[in-house]
Amino acid sequence: MLFLFEQEELNVVSFYNVRPVGDSSLVVEFESRLDSEINERVIAVAEAIRCLDLDSICDVVPTFYSVTIYFNPLRMDVEQLASAVKHLVDELPASLKREGRTIRIPVVYGGEYGPDLKEICKFGDCTIEEAIKLHTEKNYRVYMLGFIPGFPYLGRVNSRIAMPRKSIPRLKVQAGSVGIAGLQTGIYPLEVPGGWQIIGRTPVKLFDIQSEEPTLFKSGDTVVFESISKRDFLRLNGLEP
Amino acid sequence: MSIRIIKPGMLTTVQDGGRQGFQSFGVSVAGPMDRLSYRLANLLVGNSASEASLEVTLIGPEIEFKKNTIFAVTGAEFDLEVNDCKISMNTALRISRGSILSFGLRNRGARAYLAVAGGFNVPKVLGSRATHISSCLGGLSGRPLTANDCITIGTINNFFEELPVTRKPAIILPEGGSRLRVILGPHSDLFTSSSLDELSSKRYEITAQSNRMGYRLTGPGLNLVKKSVFLSYATSMGSIQVPESGVPILLMADCQTTGGYPNIAMVISADLALAGQLAPGDWIEFIFCNRRSAIEALSFQEQAFEM
Repeated sequence: MLFLFEQEELNVVSFYNVRPVGDSSLVVEFESRLDSEINERVIAVAEAIRCLDLDSICDVVPTFYSVTIYFNPLRMDVEQLASAVKHLVDELPASLKREGRTIRIPVVYGGEYGPDLKEICKFGDCTIEEAIKLHTEKNYRVYMLGFIPGFPYLGRVNSRIAMPRKSIPRLKVQAGSVGIAGLQTGIYPLEVPGGWQIIGRTPVKLFDIQSEEPTLFKSGDTVVFESISKRDFLRLNGLEP
Repeated sequence: MSIRIIKPGMLTTVQDGGRQGFQSFGVSVAGPMDRLSYRLANLLVGNSASEASLEVTLIGPEIEFKKNTIFAVTGAEFDLEVNDCKISMNTALRISRGSILSFGLRNRGARAYLAVAGGFNVPKVLGSRATHISSCLGGLSGRPLTANDCITIGTINNFFEELPVTRKPAIILPEGGSRLRVILGPHSDLFTSSSLDELSSKRYEITAQSNRMGYRLTGPGLNLVKKSVFLSYATSMGSIQVPESGVPILLMADCQTTGGYPNIAMVISADLALAGQLAPGDWIEFIFCNRRSAIEALSFQEQAFEM
C-alpha cells in the first residue's frame, strides 16, 4: 500500500507514504531525513492519532521522520486504519507552529565527567574551550525519545564536533552523561552501556517515574546546554531542576 | 507477605501483560516472552488476563507459600513438586500455608509461568507490574528475584470450579528448535536477494549472547545491496534486525523501543509465543508467509485459546 501525496497548500512538498509493517503495525513515513519541519509534522500526526482514542490502538511512536502505530489486527482492519490515518494527515494544517518549550541543561564539561572531550578536540582540531562553545552555542531540537526511558535524540551538532560514535561501546556510561554521535547529541538518563562520545555531565534528572510526566523531554522541545563549573555541578547534584 | 523465595532459579521475574503506551518515551513494553502460556496461567486461577505472574527461565525456583491460595504453572514442561509430591503442569491446584513449591528438571521449552489467585502484588510503574531489567523498572525493585525476596499476593476471586482443573497446554513446545513464520520487514528490499534466500532456507542458531532483549543468532550472513545509514525507527518484539556484521538479532520482549539497524523480517504475532520458548543452542528456520496468512493464524490461535 503506497500513498504519495503532494500538499499543494504548502510551499514545501510533503511526500508521505503509509504502509503496514509486520502484522500489527502501520507506519506513516515522510521523507527520510533529519529535518525539523518533517519532524514537526510527525509529532502532529502522532498526536492526532492518539486523540482518536481507539481501543484497538496499543501505542503510537513518533521517530525522526515516521510514526509507527501498534494495533490489534483482530480488532481493526489495517486498510481501515490506513484510510483513517491518511485522512488525518491530509487534514493537518499547512503550517504547523507550536508553542515549543526551551529547556536549559547545565553541564560540567570535560575532566572526569567528559572523558571523550579531548578526542572530540582532536577530531575537530579545536581547543577544549572552542569545543564547549560549539556545543553550547546551538539550540537543539528533541527529534524523538527512544533507546532507553527518557533518552532524547537531539540535533544537529556543529559538524566540527560531530564525531561518530565509538567503535567499541563503554560497558557503563554514567547517568546524566552528555554525548555526541555524529550529528546527534544526547543525554543518558540512566547508567547503561553506550557508544556515544561523552563530553560532560548534567545533574538534571531526565526520567522520574514518580513525576506526573515521567520524562523531562518531549519531541519538539528545544534544548540549550550551559557550561557550569564542577563546584556548581556538585552543588546542584541531587536537587530538582 | 505471602510467598518467600527460597531459591530464585536462573531468572525469575514478575511479568504482567506488559507496559503499553509509553514507547514514545523510550519505555519498553517488557511482559511475557510466551504470552499464550502466561494467559493460560491466569485463566486457570480465575484471574483477569493481565494479572502479574512470575516468569521462570530454564532453571526454576523453590518457593514457600505463607498463605493459602490457588496456583498454576504453565509453559515449559518442568517436573514440579509441592512438599515432595509430584504435581501436574497446566493445572489449577490449592496450596496451603507452609507448603513449598519446587521446580525440578526441565523437559521441553524455556520459560514457565506461575500464576496465583489474585496475582502478585508489586507496585505498578506507568500502569504495569512488568519487570524491565535493563532500565530497572517495575516488578520487584526492577530486578530478577533473589533468595529471601517476599511478595504479597492477592485474594482468591469467586472461583466455583471443582479443583484441580487441568487445561490443555497453551502451545506445542519446541524440541531443540522451531520454525518461525515471518513477514518481509520494512527494509527487506534493501537486502540482496541471496540474503533473503539464505534467511528462508538455512538454519540459524540462538547463541549464548541472548536474553529477554533479544536473541543473537549465528548462521549465514545477510547483506545490504549497498551500505546505508538508518535513522532510528520504532522496533518491537519479533523484529529481525541486521547490524553491520550481517548476523541477525531477533528482538524479544525487553527490546528497545527504537533501533538503527535495518529490519529484514518480522516474526508473525502468532509465532511470538513459540519464539519465547526457545533458548541458546536451539535452531530456528524462518518461513516466509504473507500478512493475510499471519492474521488468519492469529485469529485461529485466539479462537483455539478461548475454547
